[in-house]
Amino acid sequence: MAIGLSKKEREVLLDPLFHNNPIAFQVLGICSALAVTTKLDTAVTMAIALTLVTAFSNLFISLVRNTVPTNIRIIVQLSIIASLVIVTDQILKAYFFDISKRLSVFVGLIITNCIVMGRAEGFAMQNPPWISFLDGIGNGLGYSIVLVTVGTLRELFGSGKLFGHTILPLVTDGGWYVPNGLMLLAPAAFFIIGFFIWILRTLMPERQEKED
Amino acid sequence: MEHYVNLAIKSIFIENMALAFFLGMCSFLAVSKKVETAIGLGTAVIFVQTLTVPLNNLVLNIFLKEGAMAWLHPALKDVDLTFLGFITYIGTIAAATQVVEMTVERFAPKLYAALGVFLPLIAVNCAILGGSLFMVERDYNFWESVVFGIGSGLGWALAIIALAAVREKMRYSNVPGGLRGLGIAFLLTGLMAIGFMAFSGIQL
Repeated sequence: MAIGLSKKEREVLLDPLFHNNPIAFQVLGICSALAVTTKLDTAVTMAIALTLVTAFSNLFISLVRNTVPTNIRIIVQLSIIASLVIVTDQILKAYFFDISKRLSVFVGLIITNCIVMGRAEGFAMQNPPWISFLDGIGNGLGYSIVLVTVGTLRELFGSGKLFGHTILPLVTDGGWYVPNGLMLLAPAAFFIIGFFIWILRTLMPERQEKED
Repeated sequence: MEHYVNLAIKSIFIENMALAFFLGMCSFLAVSKKVETAIGLGTAVIFVQTLTVPLNNLVLNIFLKEGAMAWLHPALKDVDLTFLGFITYIGTIAAATQVVEMTVERFAPKLYAALGVFLPLIAVNCAILGGSLFMVERDYNFWESVVFGIGSGLGWALAIIALAAVREKMRYSNVPGGLRGLGIAFLLTGLMAIGFMAFSGIQL
């Protein structure tokens, strides 16, 4: 998939997937990662929306980076991001009204999602547009991986379904699977992400935090 | 009156911003290493939340809602600007935090020393924007939004201070390498969320 890109471009695109995952290592953008993952379809919608917003906000902010005075840069970044989120929200409302109702306030909260702001401030302000765009896509995908994993686990074990199709037939419907109700509640999301981080960091001991 | 007390209890405990809706998680996990800083950030959140939720409520009712601008000119009575909501709310929040920061710096330098560093951080805290968006979605009136603002701020502060206290004690325990820091903080927050679920259903 990375054919035709230079080495640096490939690095920027692929590094955030695991090695520098925004959720597991940079502690960014966790807010929404947890709330939209009770069902897989909302998780996927949110992942796509966030990837696009991050990519395009990185692109536009990188385009104007040399003309924006430093002391008002946050306002400029926020208004670019907010406009992109408004567009996303209107598209969701127009074509996926049902999902947009269930995502409720969390589409709006992409504005304050730390991944978008963090990448804009930390990467797009110093780098040319194309590479910033790739960085946005890469970080968005890193976020998506976590979101989709958590969404799959929660929907599969919480209600025995994936995308609303029954995978594990429930006892109440004459099947054999007793659903784990905890999976659908808030605490499960914290536990799953906690374990996800644990696994990633055990595999990469050099990324573990020091004892204080 | 009872309605407002119920709303306050609901927003502090049952629908806790941090533990039930996962809002403001980034700063929640990053700033909860010490109780002292947690108290600082918590206070700042209460402060800003109490200010911005009612403020955005006024903005919504005076400018954005369909027909809300009729007071300005009769020809504007069909204008519906609700789609501009996000950018307006975040603008209000950014401006409000800026004004608060300058006022506090000028008139209460001691408080500024304690809260100062947290105020700019708060402009992009999702708990703050989340509070305003919930206010819009649930169609609160002005006084309800005042109560909701105070309540949700208090709830968030309570959660971060409690987590910071637990994390200070974690220093004496032997946590496995991969779980150290962020990982164990997640598991702790999960356990706290289970604890807070005990409040569900409480009503006067």
